[in-house]
Amino acid sequence: MTRIEELRQVASQVRRDIVRMVTEAKSGHPGGSMSSADFLTALYFDVMKHDPATWTRDGKGSDVFILSAGHLTPVYYSLLARCGYFPVKELGTFRRFGSRLQGHPSVEHGLPGIFQTSGSLGQGLSAACGFAISKKMDKEENTVYVMMGDGECEEGQIWEAAMFAAHQGLDNLIAMVDWNGQQIDGKVDEVGGVGDLEAKWKAFGWTVISCDGHDFQQILDAFANAKGEKGNGKPVVILMKSDMGHGVDFMAGTHKWHGKAPSQEQCDEALAQLEETLGDY
Amino acid sequence: MKQYTNSGNKDTRSGFGAGLFEAGKENGNVVAMTADLIGSLKMEAFVEAFPERFVQCGIAEANMVGAAAGLAISGKIPFIGSFAEFVTGRVYDQIRQEVAYGNANVKICASHAGITLGEDGATHQTMEDIALMRALPGMVVINPCDYNQTKAATMAIAGYEGPVYLRFGRPGVPNFTSPDQKFEIGKAIMMNEGNDVTIFATGHLVWEALQACQMLEEEGISAEIIDIATIKPLDEEAVVASARKTGAVVCAEEHNMYGGLGELIAGVLALSCPTPVEYINGGDRFGQSGTPAELMKAYGLDAAHIAEAAKKAISRK
Repeated sequence: MTRIEELRQVASQVRRDIVRMVTEAKSGHPGGSMSSADFLTALYFDVMKHDPATWTRDGKGSDVFILSAGHLTPVYYSLLARCGYFPVKELGTFRRFGSRLQGHPSVEHGLPGIFQTSGSLGQGLSAACGFAISKKMDKEENTVYVMMGDGECEEGQIWEAAMFAAHQGLDNLIAMVDWNGQQIDGKVDEVGGVGDLEAKWKAFGWTVISCDGHDFQQILDAFANAKGEKGNGKPVVILMKSDMGHGVDFMAGTHKWHGKAPSQEQCDEALAQLEETLGDY
Repeated sequence: MKQYTNSGNKDTRSGFGAGLFEAGKENGNVVAMTADLIGSLKMEAFVEAFPERFVQCGIAEANMVGAAAGLAISGKIPFIGSFAEFVTGRVYDQIRQEVAYGNANVKICASHAGITLGEDGATHQTMEDIALMRALPGMVVINPCDYNQTKAATMAIAGYEGPVYLRFGRPGVPNFTSPDQKFEIGKAIMMNEGNDVTIFATGHLVWEALQACQMLEEEGISAEIIDIATIKPLDEEAVVASARKTGAVVCAEEHNMYGGLGELIAGVLALSCPTPVEYINGGDRFGQSGTPAELMKAYGLDAAHIAEAAKKAISRK
């Protein structure tokens, strides 16, 4: 099996997990989880240097990932479990009382794999900058990754952090924007108007790479190119062009599934479109 | 009463600067960060000695808090410095999410706290910060009284694992505690033993409380003065023991009337030792421009007002 076929199979199972978790919890955020599932699968299963067996929250000796768009816990938890950070079965406790799988990522409940809490939007890039500076202070070569939504780029703090990262020369920092064009109240262009993201990030001093966030070859090439930029003194952002709800026809391309759980019938309909590749939890 | 000598007026922020330099010397993980206020926070000595461990964040406090959290999680001990209003009210959510809920070992160092910031006026004079920081689960809140104590507290928090809010001020004020003191987080400090009334004071008002103690002594009243340098966790045992002994209490702070030292102590006493309590605080209002001394008097935060409050508390026994 090719590497890309392997990634495609993982992503299909991750999407099944997302749909099932949100359906069972009767709440959660499937839309952005599905739009980011492919490139986050590539990140966790190919690109990132990490080892669930030796993971520690300080991230020493490994790459670090911060999910700034903290509501995307369905995709995040599925990937962490499928990588081996905790039992896959535990995905069934998502959003339940007493679960380590809180609605938004928490460090207080001790779920392995999570470096920092998130959920109040616009803050993860700043935390990622802190990790990146720390790694430079320690002369550690590893990379810090962070993922934001495109709607999230309406938060002012993103641009404080963007300016800061470039000014600090954080070329060990790779940001991803899940560029799905949708936010809670509708299309990003209509609701908040982040405008020309490529021009904005460039103007803030970043190297900008754009790619199809559902094409694994393009995704892997984008990450390789981003890593190749290390040493030139600039942070890199990859704008991942994606579809909200990608993988399930009735969820795709609309903001309506941002934070809504499917009914059992809708869940069954969605699962019929997603191949079970690694076994459901 | 026990005598205290002012070794010369000094600003508490300079105590922070001196303590930060010492902490940096002792521990290679200490990192200093500021949002364009090196001079105001008296960070020059640290910046000069340890440039590789200093991060200038520019005028972007929200990002500074988040970046500090990242540094802390990865094993550094960041001290972030700005004006009290701009590292509390302006960035409350960032502190809540990234530092408190994220349980990141960040030291939030707040200068120019309270009304004694003076001439800049109300935009910069926060009297709400203690309430905001106290409300956060797990946050330690420290408000030292003079240069020496601020220096000692700064060094002490470097060795404490967890989020801390350290509050200090701008103007030169009497420096009267020991230069060799070791600061114990969470411990109330007995300044003068007395029998008729207890004055719990914090920050700049500890010196005023000692002056009030002198005035009261001249009238034959024996006041106990306790420095509440750590507001959270409060040394409840010391508070209750003193209130039980004297039966009358005054709480003095450079903060407004909500959520500060006064309500905190009144709340503790209501549960375990109901006692008449009088408040010395900035009331329910904003500050304004003026010299620190003018403002302290106008807002009722000086020794004379504390002495009056003590007599009122005694009369309610």
